[in-house]
Amino acid sequence: MGFEVLLKGNNALRLLGGLGVAMYISMISVVISITLGIILGMLMTLKNPVINAVSRVYLEIVRIMPQMVLLFIVYFGATKILGLNLSAEVSAVIVFSFWGTAEMSDLVRGALTGIPAIQYESSMALGMNRLQTYIHVIIPQIVRRLIPLSINLITRMIKTTSLVMMIGIVEVLKVGQQIIEANRKSSPNAAFGIFATIFILYFLACYPISCLSKYLEKKWEN
Amino acid sequence: MEEILRVENLSKKYEDVDVLDGISLSVKKGEVVVIVGPSGCGKSTFLRCLNGLEDIRDGSVFLGDEKINPNKKNLSKTREKIGMVFQSYDLFPHKTILQNVTLAPIKVKKRKKAEVEEEALKLLDRVGLISKKDNYPRQLSGGQKQRVAIVRALIMHPEVLLFDEVTAALDPEMVREVLDVVLSLAKEGRTMLIVTHEMSFARAVADRVIFLDGGKIVEEGKPTDFFDNPKTDRLKKFLKTFSYEE
Ligand SMILES: Nc1ncnc2c1ncn2[C@@H]1O[C@H](COP(=O)(O)OP(=O)(O)O)[C@@H](O)[C@H]1O
Ligand SMILES: [Mg+2]
Repeated sequence: MGFEVLLKGNNALRLLGGLGVAMYISMISVVISITLGIILGMLMTLKNPVINAVSRVYLEIVRIMPQMVLLFIVYFGATKILGLNLSAEVSAVIVFSFWGTAEMSDLVRGALTGIPAIQYESSMALGMNRLQTYIHVIIPQIVRRLIPLSINLITRMIKTTSLVMMIGIVEVLKVGQQIIEANRKSSPNAAFGIFATIFILYFLACYPISCLSKYLEKKWEN
Repeated sequence: MEEILRVENLSKKYEDVDVLDGISLSVKKGEVVVIVGPSGCGKSTFLRCLNGLEDIRDGSVFLGDEKINPNKKNLSKTREKIGMVFQSYDLFPHKTILQNVTLAPIKVKKRKKAEVEEEALKLLDRVGLISKKDNYPRQLSGGQKQRVAIVRALIMHPEVLLFDEVTAALDPEMVREVLDVVLSLAKEGRTMLIVTHEMSFARAVADRVIFLDGGKIVEEGKPTDFFDNPKTDRLKKFLKTFSYEE
């Protein structure tokens, strides 16, 4: 079946290391995206015309540009044209954060504007001040709407890190291909074994997160 | 009887339209005042001015000796004393029925949880909803939600209760169960201002009925006079829209 290549030398370890690089890049990007996305999303609800125009263009760019194109632009473009020497990892973090921030800000904006005005008013009519209203009434509802959606975004970001291979980061798929190449003679089925393993690795990385999201969604249905 | 709420020459504009135009009103302790008027005449706006949910342009509102609008400083303190129930369902969706009721007394009045829960259960029992205490709002019918909203206002021990068309969004068969609760509150001597389109309920519950139109009080009186002998043409015309007589 081609799984035997995993047992040769340190192939299994190299694959795991590759997954580690992918997870590392996606986790940094996730943290940046969530932080900046929350800030931008809150700014977007201020209805400032300049912020609105800029963010609309930004979201549109992210929506129509394939991430791979963005990766090439940042990695090769920045290096060649601007003379910046960005490593592949830094380029990847920039591109994934650029993308993730856009998606996150849209989620935050939606969650914020989705809370009906009557929720603020009935809370204040009960004598709660602005701070109490936010702490006990508004923020818990926003968090409940936001968490399943942002978990979904996180899993998509983890999956998309496989694109990084395109600019030469030796992450999990790349390692997989190196192993396949090196064992072409001895294990002709290596490709299947390696890609099946990679599938399982990504599944193991994303499935628990996805389960957590489903659980929270069910718990907070009301 | 002593005066509890006084409105002096209240005016409110949206853009350039006078929504409320010089309204004055004095409400005595224990009095039930029903406000009727065509849709868009400013009834909701008027109630919202009374607990400071709307800024006002001119005039003032007093609760006892305290000026409550305009007033920026102690607004939330004053709002504790004025309970309000809205037309649309406004329960907190992420909290159970019991938590909906106990949130404000615990957080705002800093009362003990156990004591508040005991009172909440009594009040829920009174409106027939004690079995729903651990349910979430989405599991309740519209009429049940409105009864919880009333309990949530009551547990703050308000001096005045404001009801803004609390049955307007309900299916007809649920209107009665909510109005019965409001009527029972009237009978125990609570001070209330009620906006409603249910004319037979208005007649039953009111000490005084007010007809609001064009941002002004056009006519007011005891329910019998108001409904049986309207004086102004505008009120006569308005009341006609509720009957099918030729
Ligand atoms: N936030 C607002 N901005 C502008 N106009 C408003 C606003 N709220 C209410 N109005 C207008 O004020 C008038 C009175 O509204 P409202 O008090 O809700 O009437 P009612 O409760 O009697 O139906 C209506 O003409 C309405 O369109
Ligand atoms: Mg209204």
